[in-house]
Amino acid sequence: MSQLILAYYNCLYTPISRSAVWNFTQRMHFGIAEHMRECEYSQISTRSSTPMESPHKRRTMKKKWQVFPGRNKFYCDGRIMMARQTGVFYLTLVLIVVTSGLFFTFDCPFLANTLTPAIPVIGGVLFSFVLGTLLRTSFSDPGVLPRATPDEAADLERQIDIANGSSSTGYRPPPRTREVTINGQTVKLKYCFTCKIFRPPRASHCSLCDNCVERFDHHCPWVGNCVGKRNYRFFYMFILSLSFLTIFIFAFVITHIIMQSHKKGFLTALKDSPASVLEVVVCFFSVWSIVGLSGFHTYLIGSNQTTNEDIKGSWSTKRGKENYNPYSYGNIFTNCCAALCGPLPPSLIDRRGFVLPDTPQPAPPTNGITMYGATQSQTHMCDQDQCIQSTKFILQAAATPLLQSEQPVVMADDSSLPGRTAIGGPCTLLPLGQPTPPTSTPNLSCEPEMPHQSHPATEGHHHFLTPDEAPSPPGMLPCGSPLGHSHTMPFYNPASQDSLHEDSVRGLVKLSSV
Amino acid sequence: MATLFHNLQDLRHTASLATKVFIQRDYSEGTLCRFHTKFPAELDSRIERTLFEETIKTLNNYYAEAEKIGGRSYLEGCLACASAYIIFLCMETRYEKVLKKISTYIQEQNEKIYAPRGLLITDPIERGMRVIEISIFEDRSSSESSSSSSTTSSSSAR
Repeated sequence: MSQLILAYYNCLYTPISRSAVWNFTQRMHFGIAEHMRECEYSQISTRSSTPMESPHKRRTMKKKWQVFPGRNKFYCDGRIMMARQTGVFYLTLVLIVVTSGLFFTFDCPFLANTLTPAIPVIGGVLFSFVLGTLLRTSFSDPGVLPRATPDEAADLERQIDIANGSSSTGYRPPPRTREVTINGQTVKLKYCFTCKIFRPPRASHCSLCDNCVERFDHHCPWVGNCVGKRNYRFFYMFILSLSFLTIFIFAFVITHIIMQSHKKGFLTALKDSPASVLEVVVCFFSVWSIVGLSGFHTYLIGSNQTTNEDIKGSWSTKRGKENYNPYSYGNIFTNCCAALCGPLPPSLIDRRGFVLPDTPQPAPPTNGITMYGATQSQTHMCDQDQCIQSTKFILQAAATPLLQSEQPVVMADDSSLPGRTAIGGPCTLLPLGQPTPPTSTPNLSCEPEMPHQSHPATEGHHHFLTPDEAPSPPGMLPCGSPLGHSHTMPFYNPASQDSLHEDSVRGLVKLSSV
Repeated sequence: MATLFHNLQDLRHTASLATKVFIQRDYSEGTLCRFHTKFPAELDSRIERTLFEETIKTLNNYYAEAEKIGGRSYLEGCLACASAYIIFLCMETRYEKVLKKISTYIQEQNEKIYAPRGLLITDPIERGMRVIEISIFEDRSSSESSSSSSTTSSSSAR
């Protein structure tokens, strides 16, 4: 412990004359009572100039997906976007590929010879269509609304204050809504406290992905993504083609078994092709849920509703005689065409664009999490600054009772800090804040199991998540600490380095005296 | 204040950002992209009402064109579905084409109308299609006395 402190001390007080710039990483091992830590040093570069300059002058600029504030995973340099929990998606993929693979390997040769070679061809087409639409649904942006820039957020707050008056009763002001009349129906637009915008009609905040999504249908764990405006048609095509594929495989495997059992007997036929038995079982259990789901979504498309609206009964006549769906075009055909063949809007979040230094960054979420990477858009970042931040972070984590007044500074998603999976911090050590990285590396080890994953047996039974009405997504702070949603974490300002220095020193002194 | 800026370059070099005005989305016709045409009070002394409304109406028309559901969009949708959406690797969607037109239009408006009046419109796509952001610039090169006198005169005028 004392060695570590000395190491931090050395890092902090690197004399200006020293030419090497040190970069250090550290890891925290959870569950070990003594909080043993390793400190690794790796020298980046030697420079004759002052170490306050970044060693990587031509440091590559960050892409927007790297500083994306939502809880998404990005792959292929931002081209692929998925939710954080993708385990069930892989299960879906495995089930489809294995079942189809078994069908093509064991049943198709017999069927092609006995009946017609068109069977494997049609099966192949269906299978590729299913895979294509599944991947398209899972990998595309569902229609995420980017969060408001600080200027926008401030402007909205001002307007809301003018509208509500300046009375502030209670800890949190009442939920903010705006009423709008659409085709004769009064629709309430809710204010999203996380994204700091008034949600457009039909948009909703997905608590799992922590994004507002346009025309939010539901979050589908089987697909590993939200289903929204931009990928609803792919989702529908997926479940429709999967229904056809399931029925197709089921029917032809049964045919195969029946034809074989005419020659050999039922039990011999089953013994000869055990794969067929597996396929029948999988298909039998899948067909009910998938066909049911396809039927349900066909109804939704025909009436131009989202799953969300249907579950809530937003346009149900039970609410009132005058209640009707203002978005419906009147007839089923137009509704279907609009949903499936309408124009496909482009992604609003520009994942692969570069973060420009003068671009206004979105306002940080007010649930006590600072997007460090989003604010620190300057390309020059001194490693000494990182040193100071890491030190501050560790001091905070280790000596919270001593440093209760300090605000934890969240680390940027920086390539020079590879240990960020550990930086998530154990819940017990960080009552003040849970740092959430802008990218999706699963770093919160104490995350509770998602409720939707408790239904693995029922394929196609979607966990219909009603959109989060609360200002901040409930249960997303894994240790459930209500951090005071009005906490606005201070941005790290390079100009306040000196104060950080002082704080760190103070912290060090306190620690060393323990 | 009647300071003239000759072009966008002048604007950026000599001006400092005073404030921003946000034109919000108008949802009265559903989820289609439309912006309010109401003239904001902050722009009262800066630009003529008719020019502003003209710009917003043209933008609204462009967005309506992009989101129009008709024969052409159906054809595009069906063709894309039939080709398993591979066609979008080679071809731009109609929406994207219209967005490019909008960008060109906004740039042209900025150069001809807004920059000479010390204003700058930001393309809504850069703000997630939530708002049209109009930045109001003050001329930095003008002395403090002139800006303070203008504020006192404007406050006395109200």
